[in-house]
Amino acid sequence: MPLKKIKEFCIEKTIYLSGITSIIFVVLIFVFLAREGFSLFKRVSVFDFLLGQDWYPISEPAKFGILPMILGSLAVTLGATLISVPLGIASAVYIAEVASPRIKEILKTGIEILAAIPSVVIGFIGMTTLVPFSKNALNLPTGLTAFSGSVTLAFMAIPTIVSIAEDALTAVPVKYKEAALALGATRWQSIRRVILPAASSGIMAAIMLGIGRVIGETMAVMMVTGNAAQIPQSLFVPVRTLTATIAAEMGETVQGSDHYFALFAIGIVLFIITFIINLIADWAVHRRFK
Amino acid sequence: MNHNPYRTEKIAFTILFFATVLVVLPVILIVLIIIQKGWSIISWEFLTAMPKMGMREGGIFPAILGTIYLVLGTLFFALPLGVLSAIYLTEYAKDNVLTRLVKLAIINLAGVPSVVYGLFGLGIFVMFLKFGASILAGSLTLAIMVLPIIITTSKEALDSVPKSFREVSLSLGASQWQTIRYSVLPHALPGILTGIILAISRAAGETAPILFTVAAFYLPKLPESIFDQVMALPYHLYVMSTQVPNVAENLRYGTALVLLVMVLSMNFLAIVVRSKFRKKKKW
Repeated sequence: MPLKKIKEFCIEKTIYLSGITSIIFVVLIFVFLAREGFSLFKRVSVFDFLLGQDWYPISEPAKFGILPMILGSLAVTLGATLISVPLGIASAVYIAEVASPRIKEILKTGIEILAAIPSVVIGFIGMTTLVPFSKNALNLPTGLTAFSGSVTLAFMAIPTIVSIAEDALTAVPVKYKEAALALGATRWQSIRRVILPAASSGIMAAIMLGIGRVIGETMAVMMVTGNAAQIPQSLFVPVRTLTATIAAEMGETVQGSDHYFALFAIGIVLFIITFIINLIADWAVHRRFK
Repeated sequence: MNHNPYRTEKIAFTILFFATVLVVLPVILIVLIIIQKGWSIISWEFLTAMPKMGMREGGIFPAILGTIYLVLGTLFFALPLGVLSAIYLTEYAKDNVLTRLVKLAIINLAGVPSVVYGLFGLGIFVMFLKFGASILAGSLTLAIMVLPIIITTSKEALDSVPKSFREVSLSLGASQWQTIRYSVLPHALPGILTGIILAISRAAGETAPILFTVAAFYLPKLPESIFDQVMALPYHLYVMSTQVPNVAENLRYGTALVLLVMVLSMNFLAIVVRSKFRKKKKW
């Protein structure tokens, strides 16, 4: 075999290997989470772990119930979804269908900047502005609440929702809109009755990915929600999310302790939740193209 | 019922407009607040000096340098892997189950929470491979996290190169790799570059993946090898705003400003590269 052929062979093999690394990494992530996380389930049942109401990881005897954190994540996610979905989709429609090309570019740049701001910076600003503001305006004992977390996270989900929903709206064939307009529909009627339904799968994907972003967000939420591991009775009390628990406590654990394993077990829960959300989003996107 | 579709349209568009303003206005406010409150402390000394007095005085040089090291390390691993992976998907992959799995894996990697990357990095690089909390472990963790960004943008860039470019090259007797190397890659380069810049910006700003893999709380000396811990800007901001009491306000805002400028300038660079590329495109 000439040298050139060998070189080409090597390059192709390298490319092939690189191509499948993504699969390897996903598997590795799961394996390494499971390796540590499953050790917990030798001592605590999965049932007690997921539905236990007490999280006292270092007391004697230790309790590893993550229900308060699951509900904390849920509360924050629900709040963030309620804010970000209507705002995000409305902005996407405005950018895709209403705004003039110049305004469109400016708005898109604004959304891109929002997407680029590091979560720790958003958390920092939330901490210094939103937290004291909501404490005073709503007359709460503390501004570090699920509500603050929801608002902060809504702004982190919005860029995801806007950009994917906008793509979906733009992907609707122009002739759909033209047909509606030719039939005498106003622009709003054509958006509402033709374009939005046609883009619904893509918008669904946008919402799912936005929710995925919210559930997985760590730093910002940790800085504004107060981190109290209690079952939330409303949106206006401190909560602690699954992600914040890992980030806040991993530094203090002893490697190989039950507490350490429990944090990895929380990682497994997060991994599975986001995995399912991404599958749904992917399914929604592919349905669109059928 | 008095129903005027044009009035409905006007109301609907006004609502849409205000929703968009509600989204974009806070972005401008965030940037302005940080500039206004952080500007006063920005000086040569702040950027190049070590922190002093338990981070309550002095500069943030080790954090800036740490972030630069981490970004370079991340690129070293993620750049070749990401671009080659994109080449595989656009040029070699057949429409089969394996390809579908690869695509699904990429989507999933993009969705894994950043703190889970942190756990993974801790489990595999810090503990299993015994790199310890180090630049190496942190860079590898960040590299896997930004991989989907590089793959997706590079793939888009490669996909946008017309098929005829490849056909001409192949018909002239070039091998597949020669075709990719000389007829496809050069045209996709700006798009790939955009993805790389966005990946850098993401890696520079993330905190959760470096929490347990590299970031040092307070380390007023510079790293000597890739097995050393470093301070990093995003973690430094987190530490100063939540863990250290009585830090002067402008010191925190100043740190946020430096981080923001680093990240946003890279994003603007990406936007410029992309728009230049769009104008230049001849096909």
